[in-house]
Formats: sequence, structure tokens, C-alpha cells
Amino acid sequence: MADEATRRVVSEIPVLKTNAGPRDRELWVQRLKEEYQSLIRYVENNKNADNDWFRLESNKEGTRWFGKCWYIHDLLKYEFDIEFDIPITYPTTAPEIAVPELDGKTAKMYRIFLVLQLGPWLAVEIPDLIQKGVIQHKEKCNQ
Amino acid sequence: MAESVERLQQRVQELERELAQERSLQVPRSGDGGGGRVRIEKMSSEVVDSNPYSRLMALKRMGIVSDYEKIRTFAVAIVGVGGVGSVTAEMLTRCGIGKLLLFDYDKVELANMNRLFFQPHQAGLSKVQAAEHTLRNINPDVLFEVHNYNITTVENFQHFMDRISNGGLEEGKPVDLVLSCVDNFEARMTINTCAPPLVVAANIDEKTLKREGVCAASLPTTMGVVAGILVQNVLKFLLNFGTVSFYLGYNAMQDFFPTMSMKPNPQCDDRNCRKQQEEYKKKVAALPKQEVIQEEEEIIHEDNEWGIELVSEVSEEELKNFSGPVPDLPEGITVAYTIPKKQEDSVTELTVEDSGESLEDLMAKMKNM
Repeated sequence: MADEATRRVVSEIPVLKTNAGPRDRELWVQRLKEEYQSLIRYVENNKNADNDWFRLESNKEGTRWFGKCWYIHDLLKYEFDIEFDIPITYPTTAPEIAVPELDGKTAKMYRIFLVLQLGPWLAVEIPDLIQKGVIQHKEKCNQ
Repeated sequence: MAESVERLQQRVQELERELAQERSLQVPRSGDGGGGRVRIEKMSSEVVDSNPYSRLMALKRMGIVSDYEKIRTFAVAIVGVGGVGSVTAEMLTRCGIGKLLLFDYDKVELANMNRLFFQPHQAGLSKVQAAEHTLRNINPDVLFEVHNYNITTVENFQHFMDRISNGGLEEGKPVDLVLSCVDNFEARMTINTCAPPLVVAANIDEKTLKREGVCAASLPTTMGVVAGILVQNVLKFLLNFGTVSFYLGYNAMQDFFPTMSMKPNPQCDDRNCRKQQEEYKKKVAALPKQEVIQEEEEIIHEDNEWGIELVSEVSEEELKNFSGPVPDLPEGITVAYTIPKKQEDSVTELTVEDSGESLEDLMAKMKNM
């Protein structure tokens, strides 16, 4: 289902061990630690591959996450806020990542996985949105 | 700056008072021509044009239901007030259910007009709010409790569970039934974690929801049929008549309604589920044995000129590789999900190691990247 490049990226992210959700108290803390370790590793990998494209942080309980993602088009950086809640049935079900600034602007807006889809999705949608004039670089807006 | 905030707060309070007053004025009084009807204390079986329950109570005289008025003692929670959920709510309201608890976080949109219940002038309102308004007007004897939130978040789930456990007709008692009329896997799983027994209405293969560039397609017809079958079973269950199906499928293309008995998964990942299964087994073992005489009608077609065959749904090729074992199912029924086999041939995976850092350390590290 995923292409080769994505598979390679995914294989370099450490796999999590603890199967726990937000209701599992101590086990959830353990899981959160693993999540953070994995994410830190992923961001490091991205930096090394010159493809650093997101940051994420969470509230203390690890149930609400927020951050930024960005895409560089024609030497300009387009940055967007991202946010999501961890659903009660995590990790059996995946969280839905929201990009509020782009809601309703694209034909195919739906909530998506971080690694597998948000990166490539930005790569496809942002140039298209820029071309259509639906989004503008923040500097241009202030002129 | 502080002054204007205070002024705004005062104004909000004023408006809230006004709204409460307006709302109380809308309670229908006798002779009120404003669309609603008067509240009725006790259901009557009198056959007159002015009795909203006359045609329902007639089920008693027909020998189908022994005490129809019992419907007023039940509280039903409906999760998801979209195409199926809204019609379900309307049907139960018209039947005179005691209390309805509605949960949905979505708003009415014009894109919803391809199905029943909601009207264009309600676009922009929250679905639960719009539904409550419409339904109260149809039957003011029904108690409503609506919640406009996403049940899958940690905070809301607590509240959701609390309402299921305490939101019965008598506060403090649990609801009698939970109807799952949602359109996504996450919500389904969430409801599963906290509500036995439950009734599920599904309308569309959820794989198609997540396909690229495809928005969920739906017809008002399918919605109507599914809601109808759902509520039919709800009524049979609550009022104890007929046979309640454990599972009833509807293949619209061929007008095929397969039934089967669904069983819980003894190897379920969820610890609580396995515990509930044990408890249920004990409960069933303690019940007296019941003899059920079933008359089986065989459908015989003497000739089949056109060679008509019933063909079950085709599964997609690519999913075969990712599918786990499929259980043995009656004809015409197929699983929507399987648990994929563990991929032994994948590259040796890195696993996280305990680096000894605390959660706070890790959070700080992430922030400083």
C-alpha cells in the first residue's frame, strides 16, 4: 500500500512495545515515553535527510497534541498548525490529524496519518493550493 | 479592556435569561395552534383521530404486543444522528419512547439533504440541537437529552460513559439500550468498550469512506431501510414480541437479508471484553433451559428459467494479502475488517529501548529540537 520510499522511512522509526491507551494509567505513561522516543528519532532522521517538516508536542497527559508542519515551495516556507486528540481506543484506532487552516480548502480534505500521509499530502496539495490562489505566503498577505 | 469583558458577560447572562423564557413559552398549551401538541400523561388506546397513540396501542388488540405502553418506561441512547441515527430517533419518538439521549458532534450541512429528516433551514445548527427541536415538536411526551461532542476524546468519553450509566428514565439508572449509528471505525470501537447489550446500524462499507477522493455516498432509501430494520428490532427487543435478530444484513442490490448469530471474540485484544465474556457465560449458565420450537419454511423454486443465483460480495484483491483469517460465514455475509497476519518477512525492526529518561525529559528534548 505504501511506496518504497515511505516504507524505508517507516522502517527507520523504532517500533513501540507497550500496547496501552489513555485509560491504562501507568502503562500509558510508559507508552507515552516510547511515543516520544520514536518521534524524537523520526525528527532526527528527517533533519539528517534534509527533510525536516514537522514538530509536535503534547499536553502533560499526552492526550492532546499540537504542533506545526511546513512545506517549502519555490524557496518559500508555508507553515501550518496541526492538532489532534488521542481517542479513547488508541492505539487500536488512529487519531485524526487536523490542519485547521486548510479545512474546507481542498477537494479531498480528510484526517490522515502523520508519517504515511501528512508529509506526502502536503507535497501534493500545497503547490496546488498556491497555484489556485487559495493560500498565500504570510509575507505576501501582509503587504 | 476588563470593562468590556464584564459588559459582554452581563449581556450573555441577559440573553441566556431571555432564551430560557422564550423556550418555556414554547411548551404547548391546549388550544395552542403553534404546531406542537399537548403533553399526554397516560397512553390511551381510544380509537379517535385526536389520539396520537391510537394506531400504536392497536397493536395490543391485534395480539402483537401485550403491553405497548411499556415503551414509555425505556431510555435509548443514539450515538450518531446522521442519516441512520436521525431517522431512528424520529421513529422511536413517534412510537412514544420514554427518553432519547442523542450524541453527535457534527453540524447539519446542505450536503446532508440527500437523506431524510434534516431540513435546509437547519443548516449550520448542530445535528443534536436540530434533531431535538424537530422531535420535541412531533412528540412532546418524549424526554430528550442531547450532547454535541466527540465521544472518542478522553474527557468526553468519561462524560459519555457516565450518561450511559446514569441517564436512564430515572436519573441514576442506566439507559436500556445504546444504538450505534456512527460512520467511522473509531467511534464504533469507542462504543464497544462501554456498552453491552447494543445494537449497531451500518450502512456502507467503511473502506470506501477512506478511499482517495471519494466522499461517502448514500441514498435516502438505504438509510430508511436500515433505520427501519434497526428500530423494528429495537421494538421487538424492548416490548418482547417477535424474534430479535442477532445480526441482519441488507444487500440492496439483490434485496437479500442474511441473518446470523454474532459471537464475541474469545481472543479479543481488549482485556475488559474478555472479562465481560466470562461474566456473561456464567449468567447464561444460571438461566433455566428454554425449549424453542421453530417452524422452518423451505423455499422451493420449481424452475429457475433465468438461472438466477445469489452471489456474495466480491472482496478486493489487494486486501487479500493483508487479510487475516476470515471466519466461516453464511452466504451473502462478509467481514468488513480482518486482523492482518503478522508479517514475518519484514525487515528486522528497531524497537524502542528504555533510555532511562523520564517523560518530562523527553518532552523537553522534543521541544528543543
